[in-house]
Order: sequence, then structure tokens, then C-alpha cells
Amino acid sequence: MTGAGASSVTLAVENLAAARGLRVLFEGLNFSLSAGESLELRGANGSGKSTLLRILAGLTRQHAGEVRYSGAGPGAGEEAGRHFLGHLDAVKPSETAIEQARFWARYFGRPVAEADAAMKRVGLSSRNAVPGRGLSAGQKRRLALTRLLIEPRPVWLLDEPTAALDTEGRTLVGQLVAEHRARGGMVIAAVHGEGFAGSRVLDISELKAKAGRT
Amino acid sequence: MSASFSVFVRELKLAWSGGGGAALPVGFFAASASMTPFAVGAETEALQTAGPGVMWIALALSSLLPMERLFQADLEDGTLDAYAGSGVGMEGIALAKTLAHWIATGIPLAILSPVLWIMLQGAPEQSGLIFLASLVGSLAFFFFGSIGAALAAGMRRGGLLIALVTLPLYVPTMIFGAATLDAAANGADWAGALMLTASASLFGIATAPFGAAMALRTAID
Repeated sequence: MTGAGASSVTLAVENLAAARGLRVLFEGLNFSLSAGESLELRGANGSGKSTLLRILAGLTRQHAGEVRYSGAGPGAGEEAGRHFLGHLDAVKPSETAIEQARFWARYFGRPVAEADAAMKRVGLSSRNAVPGRGLSAGQKRRLALTRLLIEPRPVWLLDEPTAALDTEGRTLVGQLVAEHRARGGMVIAAVHGEGFAGSRVLDISELKAKAGRT
Repeated sequence: MSASFSVFVRELKLAWSGGGGAALPVGFFAASASMTPFAVGAETEALQTAGPGVMWIALALSSLLPMERLFQADLEDGTLDAYAGSGVGMEGIALAKTLAHWIATGIPLAILSPVLWIMLQGAPEQSGLIFLASLVGSLAFFFFGSIGAALAAGMRRGGLLIALVTLPLYVPTMIFGAATLDAAANGADWAGALMLTASASLFGIATAPFGAAMALRTAID
């Protein structure tokens, strides 16, 4: 195990504000998170949970404020190794499930065997030969989860990871998150409903009402 | 590097297996050249005069056809988010995707071009040159087209934008390429014009991935 295994990544968010067009979604967001911790983002639809995750992933530019990853070890530091799982699953309709997992293994420079193991772990190995268009919404989500397992990275940014998943799938995500934290990984997830055991909670809607509060 | 290369291999496979990716541009190219005798007249002389220009326009427009879907599918299904979120440079992704689509579509266009050339009463002994010129020219058309493709990726009906942005970028390749074919048809020295066409494609390969990457980052934002 490389990446998450030996690193101790920390994240500091200072005075962060996000805007979509002219609308400020939230401002004055401050929090810090260290290795082994997880944070649940909560808030109404449209409160900016996904935008915050995209900012943390480096996909969207913030309106103001700073996001700093730091720490020692492989995969940590300013360009901390991150996984971003958005609400889209990045599943190709014409490629078979196993081919897609193997593609990500090659993409991350990992052995192809990692992809096969990950497919087994998320309970998809019986659907290996099925093209993406033949997978159900929950199965597509499971296929997206294999990326987390194929390449160990310290920071997981998950946008409603349990959406479309059945009870067993939700348990699986809970286990993956717990294992990742035990290895010293960090998880930030937007969630509705049941969260993860031992997680800190951040409600973004509150933040909008009382801007400037932590 | 391994990331961009794996994207390149994946795109090639998807282009071949998906079926129909390359078929439309190739069909369009073949059809436009086959229609020429009906439009300009079947006299050898008329075809020889109009042929090189018509062929080159057909090549440029055929290369433009696959551009609308070049990045759009990846943006819509979240694949671009996954690429960008993994910390891999968008430049490499844009280069890999454009090159793969050129191999899947541009090379078949170039292979077809000598056939169309002969159909338009071109000299058969120039076939090799026509293939080479089309190969080099389509490379330029694909790379300049990728900038328009990236700009239009985030828009619902970006096809018009692709045409507007890309066609001015096509002009140098259009002039030099048509001059190459014209010189070949008239038995003049074509080497200079072919070199200029090649320089246009090299310029495209060197610069377009950066422009496309910039546009893609904005599309993701």
C-alpha cells in the first residue's frame, strides 16, 4: 500500500466563499481536518455541498478564501492525492464494466489485478462482462467506487456516495470509509440521511444564514 | 504520462468499437467528392480545375464532423471530472483524445483521398502525394478543430460555435493544402506548399492541446 498508507495529510479551509454566477452560495467557511478524520457535509439542496467538494477537488475556482492541503508522506503535501467522486459516475455506455475498472488501473499506473480485486470488493464481479449501459444506477455507482480502491489516495471527496445504492451498498461504503480512515485517510462527503460512524458534521445551510461563523 | 497514454488507448478502442464514429465523416467525404461531377459537370477539364479545391474543402468539413462529440460525451457522463479531479493535466488528455480520434477518423479519410482524387480525373501517379497531403492536412484540421470542440463542449447546441471558432483557424491549412493539390494537378513543384501544410499541422499539434485544455477547465468549472 502506497499513498494513504504512510501519509498524514491535513486540510485547512480558511474564509472560503463559493459563488455560482452572481449568487454567493456560502461564505466565511472555516474548518480543518486531519488524517483519519471524516467530515459530513449537510445542507439543503442547492446550498453548495457539491460546489464545495468541487473546490476541494480543484475543479471549480473559489470566490474567495483559501484551501490548503499539507502534511508529510507520499501523496500528501500541497498537491495531495485526491479522489473526486461526483454525482456523475463516469461510466461509458459501450465499455464493459471490467474494462472500465481496468482502464482506471492503467490510468493510475496500477496493476490490472487491482481492478479485478476492486470489482470483487464492490460486489460487481458477476457483472464484469456487462457494458455500462446495461448496469443499473446502483451498479454504476459501485463501478465508480472501484476508483477509490484501485489507487490508494489520502483524500476522498465523495458527492452523495450512497445515492442509488441498496442497504448492502450503503454498508459497503461505510466500511470503505472506516477502513480508509483507519489507514490515515481523510474523507469529505456530502450526505443526506444516514451518515458515517464517528464523523464530524458541517451544515452549510447554517453558514449562509450566519456568514462569517465557523 | 501513463494516464494520457491509457486515455489514448481507451479512446481508440471506443472509436472502433462504438461503431459509426468514423463512418459518418468518411461517408460525407466520399459523398461530397462523388457529387462533384453532377455539380460542376463531368468534363475532364472542369473536374481537373475544380477537383483539388473541392477535395480539400470536403476534407476540412469532414474533419469538422466528429468535433461536436469529441469532448461532449466525457463532460456529460462525468469522465472529464474524474480526469481533472485525479490531478492529471488536461493538456495531455486533450492531446490523447484528439490524436486517437484523428487515427480513427483522419487516417481513413486520408486513405480514401487518392480514390476520390482519381475519380475527379487526377493523375493516378500522384496518389501517394495526395495521401500524404491529406494525412498531414487532416491532422491540422483535427487539432485546430479540438479547440472549437473544447469551447463548445459545455454548450447544449455548440455545433455552430465549433464552426465559427474553427473555420478561421482552418484557413492557413486550407490555402497551403489546396495549393499542394493544385500544384500536383498541374505538374508544378508541390514540395514548398506541402511543407507549409505540414508546418500548419505541427503548429496545431503544439498549440491546440493548450487551448483546448484551457477551454475544458472552464467547461468543468
